[in-house]
Amino acid sequence: MSTQTSIQTSEKPLGRDELAQLVARDIVRGSFVNLGIGQPTLVSNYLTEEQNITLHTENGMLGMGPAAVGDDVDGDLINAGKIPVTELPGASYFHHADSFAIMRGGHLDICVLGAFQVSASGDLANWHTGAPDAIPAVGGAMDLATGAKDVFVMMTLLTREGASKLVEQCTYPLTGVGCVTRVYTDKAVFLIGADGVTVRETFGCTFEEIQILVPLSLKPAE
Amino acid sequence: MLNFIDTVGEAVAGIQDGSTVMIGGFGNAGQPFELIDALMDCGAKDLTLVNNNAGQGDQGLALLIKEGRVRKMICSFPRQSDSWHFDAKFRAGEIELELVPQGNLAERIRAAGAGIGGFFTPTGYGTTLAEGKETRLLDGKWQVFETPIHADVALIKALKADGKGNLVYRKTARNFGPIMAAAAKHTIVQVSEIVPTGALDPENVVTPGIYVNSVVRVDPAGSNSAAIDTEQVA
Repeated sequence: MSTQTSIQTSEKPLGRDELAQLVARDIVRGSFVNLGIGQPTLVSNYLTEEQNITLHTENGMLGMGPAAVGDDVDGDLINAGKIPVTELPGASYFHHADSFAIMRGGHLDICVLGAFQVSASGDLANWHTGAPDAIPAVGGAMDLATGAKDVFVMMTLLTREGASKLVEQCTYPLTGVGCVTRVYTDKAVFLIGADGVTVRETFGCTFEEIQILVPLSLKPAE
Repeated sequence: MLNFIDTVGEAVAGIQDGSTVMIGGFGNAGQPFELIDALMDCGAKDLTLVNNNAGQGDQGLALLIKEGRVRKMICSFPRQSDSWHFDAKFRAGEIELELVPQGNLAERIRAAGAGIGGFFTPTGYGTTLAEGKETRLLDGKWQVFETPIHADVALIKALKADGKGNLVYRKTARNFGPIMAAAAKHTIVQVSEIVPTGALDPENVVTPGIYVNSVVRVDPAGSNSAAIDTEQVA
């Protein structure tokens, strides 16, 4: 059966910044948000003042501002990636157990994370490749995955070798079970729900082409 | 019993071989570098250290690991671009690692200070870090039983202490300080400034002095010993 696709919204796959821009646009006004280290951090560049988003950094702050430059660099004011940042009016500081209670207690609306793999049921693998000689390091990944109301993943759809990172079952060690609600990739946005995986929109390809790349049953958004 | 101590060396002198020592800080923010250096100099070995990371570069905690003084590391994120001393010891099988999700690390430390015997949390359920641990279905979520992390000693950094040992911190340098101060039997704090009792607004005290045993002032502009040398020269 051929689906007449009406969900292709871009002629080309999205670049990292375009993807960050899309995630930023989807964050509901007034949300409390934690952006993971790496690609998710780019999202902060596209949040508008009008959105009134409060950023959380797990080392102990709400109301984090942009990266600090020049005289604003202060060794006592860093983010979870240990990068010097700034504070915005209305910021607050708290100790590590309170900071993780904000996360683990379900108070954050959204966290945005990178991933090695996401499964059809929303399992997340993003902390360990499973390589026997790798030194394991987990940080706050498991707390973020389990605690936020919505977990958005940003990643390329395919590995360098061309395998889909959206999979039936994760083969990498898990970070969290059934926690991911949305996956933003360069080729498509996927919504993960109790009724399966829906393709919300595609970039530079059709729904049918996405279905060929991803080894699980997908539905196009209505 | 609260003591104000002149030097970081005297402050850490009582730390025994085999102790569990919590060290505050996340990245460089809140790291009590001078107390860590003093722990290095005092020679204590066979230590179990609790910190978010496992040392960076060629300073502080990384040196304790390099010199073989650390038996076990309890942390959430040992692997960094410059964690070469930990990496080498770990690969050689010369250091034990207890890897703990960061929120569990914080909450297990908090639990120790609050007299809590353990708690259930969804964090880590279904992952390799929960293997072998008791699980329960609570409030519709599978949760993992986690136990408190106690310590013999905590080394932390704060901005100011008053005469009662009440502490205030600065920005994100607060991180593990308050919970480690409560979790350890003996808490040693290095501060930039000691202010008279009454000079801190009680509404703004972050760590009440009841959790603090030793306070040592470290000149924020330089190391403790350098500050003393300057005084002697003057």
